[in-house]
Amino acid sequence: MAAVTTTEDLRLVGISKEFETFTAVHPMDLTVPGGSFFALLGPSGCGKTTTLRMVAGLEAPTSGSILIGDKDITGSKAYQRNVNTVFQSYALFPHMSVLDNVAFGLKRKGDRNAMAKAVEALDLVQLGPVAKKKPSQLSGGMQQRVALARAVVNRPDVLLLDEPLGALDLKLRRQMQIELKRIQSEVGLTFIHVTHDQEEAMTMADTIAVMNAGRVEQLGDPATLYERPASTFVANFLGQSNLIEASVTGPPSGGVVPARAHGQDVVVSAELLPAGLKDIWIGVRPEKLRLGGGGRNKMAGLVTDASFTGVATQYLVRMPWGFEVMVVQQNDGSARACVGENVTVSWDPGQEFVLDQNQAEDAGVVVDHG
Amino acid sequence: MSWIRRHLLTVAAMATLTILLVPNLVVAIYSFNKPDGRFNYELKRFSLDAWLHPCGTPGICDSLGLSLRIGLTASVVATFLGTMIAFALGRHRFRGRATTNLLIFMPMATPEVVMGSSLLALFLNIGLSTGKLAILIAHIMFCLSFVVVAVKARVASLDPRLEEAAADLGSRPVSTFVRVTLPLVAPGIAAGALLAFSLSFDDYIITNFNASPNSVTFPMYVWGASQRGTPVQINVIGTVMFLVSVAFVLGAQLVAARRAKRA
Repeated sequence: MAAVTTTEDLRLVGISKEFETFTAVHPMDLTVPGGSFFALLGPSGCGKTTTLRMVAGLEAPTSGSILIGDKDITGSKAYQRNVNTVFQSYALFPHMSVLDNVAFGLKRKGDRNAMAKAVEALDLVQLGPVAKKKPSQLSGGMQQRVALARAVVNRPDVLLLDEPLGALDLKLRRQMQIELKRIQSEVGLTFIHVTHDQEEAMTMADTIAVMNAGRVEQLGDPATLYERPASTFVANFLGQSNLIEASVTGPPSGGVVPARAHGQDVVVSAELLPAGLKDIWIGVRPEKLRLGGGGRNKMAGLVTDASFTGVATQYLVRMPWGFEVMVVQQNDGSARACVGENVTVSWDPGQEFVLDQNQAEDAGVVVDHG
Repeated sequence: MSWIRRHLLTVAAMATLTILLVPNLVVAIYSFNKPDGRFNYELKRFSLDAWLHPCGTPGICDSLGLSLRIGLTASVVATFLGTMIAFALGRHRFRGRATTNLLIFMPMATPEVVMGSSLLALFLNIGLSTGKLAILIAHIMFCLSFVVVAVKARVASLDPRLEEAAADLGSRPVSTFVRVTLPLVAPGIAAGALLAFSLSFDDYIITNFNASPNSVTFPMYVWGASQRGTPVQINVIGTVMFLVSVAFVLGAQLVAARRAKRA
């Protein structure tokens, strides 16, 4: 499994998809570096699966082109592309054994060693012992691994994963996330993983494209997306965010810019403030907020809820203007607050992110994590 | 009391089975009879005559051969056409699809007497004489609906993603159809074909309207014979047909059981 060929980049150029009644994907450009683990993340209906199906050749784009390296594959059929998909429902052939399922792609290409390679691929996903069984006799997690082996064995230029872990329970999902990551680094193929689960995307992907309503909202590595979201949608879709309304009140001095939020003076890191922006959202992640006055920016509030989650305690603190901020405090021995207690919430400049206030505060808020 | 309560379902099932099977049993028993007159209605003495000479009555094996030929041809043609119609109806959206769906059900809903006489009128008007070809066309026509219904149910339950997966794995459309679609729809096609054969083999009313003196099918022969006498050979052929059907069903069950065990 060591023979890693130099995998080529996948490029989507001005690609779009319009259906009769709506536009699933607006024209977009996207480059997926060869050999990377790339995630398309977004809520359902954001166009991520349509994008995937266009790459697979199962959906014809309305405009634009798809290239692998320098080769334009826009016009080629699904069976002509060296791209394989792990379907959400696995789509294993029920009338074939597990081994025949895995060997299917190689046999269609006339590979003489199809069976031997299929056995090897089944070993890679640790399913050698069930090779003779029918897919219906396997558990969901095993079926998922068969689907993965069936795709990986063909050494595609790009491997597409359409919510492959969606049907698994949480524990199995975590296990498979690690497994997938291991297999990806072992075979060195380009993986494009479509998911609505932000945690899954962040755990696994090198690069994430966050999609919303048929457009890419932001592209970057998980840390950048989390620490410096470019829109309120990204801020809310990836993790929890406390968004505080503020206005810049003066010029920068000493690396910080003074601002006023609900009648309280705060400072914002000068380098995080986009030039010329005056009305802003100051976004602070719950774990960046501290209970107590340790940080430079302080606000007073009332604890309305405290839930103990094991490694941390999650508080809701009502601000004087009615907004409840979320504070996550590690259970590191520091004093805990009780519901009804008046506390000071603080953070240091540089730990926030700054967004334009004309963006909707609740964009991308996930009501149901399903 | 409690014994009855526990075994009531078994008793009812046995009673139903008995009612279903007794006629077949009677047919089989009378196939070993040697009647006194021309009518095989009274058990007289045991004899293997009819079994040793199944074609011993003039015309009986000719009519059986004709019925088998028509049944096979009609079921093959009806299965082929019906499968294609089922795929078209199940997979594609086209103008007239709803109408086609409705029309497919018409032969099943039409009384056979009406259909037989209508077909006769049609054949006479287009100048096609009654006989084997007319019977064959009529049989294909009414078998078609049953095949379409059987196959369409199977096509509808087929996950279209399986075909997408095959294409995704580099399988060309023809290969996908042969290796993925057809094997998965096969049980429906087989059921349709068997149904078509037994309907065609069994049909009397429509056949009778469109038959000529040199196209006497087995059901027509039996009916005709029963006017003048019932040769024991009819019972022999009837018993064989019954046993063949049972063997078919048992064979299918065995194959399925073995497949389930091996997998």
